[in-house]
Amino acid sequence: MQLLVNGKTLERPEGDTLAGLLVALGADAGRVAVLVNDEVVPQARRAAAALHAGDRVEVLTFAGGG
Amino acid sequence: MDFTPEEQQRYARQLALPEIGTAGQAKLRAGRVLVIGAGGLGSPAALYLAAAGVGTLGLMDGDAVDLSNLQRQILHATADVGRRKVESAAAKLRALNPQTELRLFPERFTAANAAARLADFNFVVDATDNFASKFLIADACHAAGRPYAHAGILRFHGQVMTVLPGKTACYRCVFEQQPPETGASPQGPLGVVPGVLGTLQAAEAIKFLLGLGQLLTDRLLTFDALTLRFREVPVKRQPHCRLCGDPDHARP
Repeated sequence: MQLLVNGKTLERPEGDTLAGLLVALGADAGRVAVLVNDEVVPQARRAAAALHAGDRVEVLTFAGGG
Repeated sequence: MDFTPEEQQRYARQLALPEIGTAGQAKLRAGRVLVIGAGGLGSPAALYLAAAGVGTLGLMDGDAVDLSNLQRQILHATADVGRRKVESAAAKLRALNPQTELRLFPERFTAANAAARLADFNFVVDATDNFASKFLIADACHAAGRPYAHAGILRFHGQVMTVLPGKTACYRCVFEQQPPETGASPQGPLGVVPGVLGTLQAAEAIKFLLGLGQLLTDRLLTFDALTLRFREVPVKRQPHCRLCGDPDHARP
């Protein structure tokens, strides 16, 4: 299935979860905010969050510098 | 609304913009902006705010200038190493625009001083360099109803978002809570990254004071210097936000 991840299309296996996607992206789960179709998905819910074709996923890295 | 001939010359280009003019310049002069952090983000933000004629500028920073700051913190110069950042910054800002009243706070922004500091200002620029301060600013600005421009940077990229507390998505709507410290020594940022984002924070403060244009609310703008791409991510108020959400809304 095709997802739109940070504005780019990405092919992922059917049944993929948000947690699975983050692993595939190499994201540090504790240091990213994730939105699926504009809704924030807290870390505790990502393993159970099934992704569907066409989902828009935004992975935002915590940036603490100034 | 009276401007001296010198002020009319200093602000001639802004006064010539129909969207600003004398009435807008008077709003800037009446504006009081608190810049928390006189480092990479705070340097361009404070410089542009003073240059534009913001009447009162608060500068808050408890640190002294270090040689390793100068690669990105353009308010400070080599001779300032060891000097308090707010004093070093004030010298540059006074030289740029002596008409801006500076209020200097050589201290960190803390839960203890937050309410007193925010009370005297009508817009806040979060130019801090750590998560504890960024979350504290979000919380304190929410409590005080004070609008703020958030920015954060990391290596070659960063993000910026304006928050009107209680009206638009807040920092915690997106980032929820402070991440664990990594303990790793900081890498970067490339100096121009806070340069770009601090400048955008100044633009937001100026627009807020003028009541002009559309603020960067309910959207987070990300900037990546390596690809030189900006991306706008729509964000919305989360009913379960621990800061601005509905207290009766069950957390998922």
